[in-house]
Amino acid sequence: MPKKSFREAVNEALRQEMERDPTVILMGEDVAGGMGAPGEDDAWGGPLGVTKGLMPRFGRERVLDTPISESAFVGAAVGAAATGLRPVAELMFVDFMGVCFDQIFNQAAKFRYMFGGKATTPLVVRTMYGAGFRAASQHSQCLYNIFTHIPGLKVAIPSNAYEAKGLLIQAIRDDDPVMFFEHKAMYDEEAEVPDEPYTIPFGEANVAREGEDVTVVALGRMVNFANEAADRLEGEGISCTVVDLRTTSPLDRETVLETAEETGRVVVVDEAHPRCSMAADIAALIAQEAFDALRAPVRMVTAPHAPVPFSPALEDLYIPGPDRIVEAVREVHGYGRG
Amino acid sequence: MQLSREDLLEAYRRMRLIREFEDRVHEEFSAGNIPGFVHLYAGEEASAVGVCLHLDDRDRIASTHRGHGHCIAKGCDPRAMMLEIFGKREGLCGGKGGSMHIADLEKGMMGANGIVGGGPPLVCGAALAAKTLGTGGVAVAFVGDGGSNQGTTLESYNLAKVWNLPAIFVIEDNGYAETTASSWSVGGSQTGRAAGFGMPGVEVDGFDFFAVWEAAREAVERARAGDGPSLLHVRLSRYYGHFEGDACTYRAADEVERIKAEKDPLMLFRRRVREAGLLEDSDLDAIDREARERIARTVDDAKGAAYPTEADLLTDVYASY
Ligand SMILES: Cc1ncc(C[n+]2csc(CCOP(=O)(O)OP(=O)(O)O)c2C)c(N)n1
Ligand SMILES: [Mg+2]
Repeated sequence: MPKKSFREAVNEALRQEMERDPTVILMGEDVAGGMGAPGEDDAWGGPLGVTKGLMPRFGRERVLDTPISESAFVGAAVGAAATGLRPVAELMFVDFMGVCFDQIFNQAAKFRYMFGGKATTPLVVRTMYGAGFRAASQHSQCLYNIFTHIPGLKVAIPSNAYEAKGLLIQAIRDDDPVMFFEHKAMYDEEAEVPDEPYTIPFGEANVAREGEDVTVVALGRMVNFANEAADRLEGEGISCTVVDLRTTSPLDRETVLETAEETGRVVVVDEAHPRCSMAADIAALIAQEAFDALRAPVRMVTAPHAPVPFSPALEDLYIPGPDRIVEAVREVHGYGRG
Repeated sequence: MQLSREDLLEAYRRMRLIREFEDRVHEEFSAGNIPGFVHLYAGEEASAVGVCLHLDDRDRIASTHRGHGHCIAKGCDPRAMMLEIFGKREGLCGGKGGSMHIADLEKGMMGANGIVGGGPPLVCGAALAAKTLGTGGVAVAFVGDGGSNQGTTLESYNLAKVWNLPAIFVIEDNGYAETTASSWSVGGSQTGRAAGFGMPGVEVDGFDFFAVWEAAREAVERARAGDGPSLLHVRLSRYYGHFEGDACTYRAADEVERIKAEKDPLMLFRRRVREAGLLEDSDLDAIDREARERIARTVDDAKGAAYPTEADLLTDVYASY
């Protein structure tokens, strides 16, 4: 199977869906680039080149550069989704949700319910998240937890290039509004990705690795870190199950609970702040539904309750990495063994 | 009001410091010594300095992601700025903010901003505070052409008008928002928008320090007199990429070289003061030398300085816990 980068996988998913369905359109700041400028057209394809090549293929009618007016263009994507198109809007960094959130959480998310089930809003908002880029407090946040909190929104957080392609195609075909999170530090990471289109259903977690001793539940970039930690722990004789949530909404409660019950020892890894997070959500779910199977308290590995710092010296301490996962797994593994 | 010899020297000194600062940051970024997203202000110096020369410690400015020039023009310490950009503990913000969040509230510099359109509402607030507290201060929002299309900016025009705030909106139109031309992205005109909200708006040649200075003088006087907000549409150019690392393929091949040769703001300033017999070349050469040496020292200091440590990670989240 061909190896492709996360960037290529996202680009390919968009291209194939645009070929399949003429109602799929893209919009966002510099998603092509060079609009009205004297030099190269399609100059960027977004700041990290993810959508490059799509405008030359599909034209400016289907790949729309926008002014810096997120409230208006994200809202336009919502309105277009409710009236016959399948827009994929790019919110360059999820940190910019603050200037368009109303259109997402009060409008798109609630149409179907408020209108008594009559509306469908097949919208995708692709957005970059995550720390590690030295991009400081307003360009490094996770924030998927905030969207997960809102009924009516679906939230997908792919953990590698293969997942990205399948989940994005599903997101585009899905009839509900989907927030699609791409970690900015993962675009160059490669995985085997089939050439043909495929979907990964929402609400079905992936057991990325099966083990005996400890269950590690993770999402997004943290799945890589969890696997890395699990590799290292293997050498110490601790074997881990790693669960990749794939989507936080809908949430695959069954897989989480089954794998938690199998080992009785659980670590949840979430790059976001700990309060009101997926980490806390999963820990609460297990505490309520799998209490009898637990042999150790559930441990959360998260970023701290602080904004993302700029200085590399601080950011490296900030990000929950493999070391901290290893430590947490050792702790729950040793718990109660005297 | 006239520019004294001291004013002229100070204007040139600040513009040269900005240019030197940005050229060195560009070099250091290219050498891999500076992390993150860095947006340089070289080419736009006459705007920040032409406006900020009218301001004093009572006055506030809010900047953009392209904030180094506004900082220097408002009197921030270039050494502390350089340390910040290198992510060092003694930096202006303890290494926590970096280039995109560089700020010095004591100097009335309310921060560069990672959010396009983040500044104008803050400036309405600073102007309201000045008005309410009776400080006589004014507040200036620097906004890019791209930022001029943000809802927050347009709402701020209206708020500043209906509250009759001592606010000034300086639209720095360098022709592009990332790769997107302002000739395409801006519906209507900047001055037409000002008129639509009932405030005076003028278009200004941003390569010409004297033109900016004069237009800003009127806007600041109007604000201080209690006569409400104004807008300046300053046309200028950025010399480097949108951020460091941008290949600028969307620009015309010789665009920047032509502008540098024909109307570089520092070159125009020099020509003007020399022709008018206001300053000697030797005065200006001395400033150039000083700036070069001063910025070189800040880079050396920044490289040698210590990083923050784990103890700094969780401080400063709240004022009280
Ligand atoms: C709300 C928001 N949207 C988008 C961005 C990404 N972004 C950063 S700078 C920029 C272009 C800004 O253009 P302009 O306002 O003209 O300022 P310039 O870079 O030309 O100085 C964009 C789109 C952002 N930081 N914040
Ligand atoms: Mg601009």
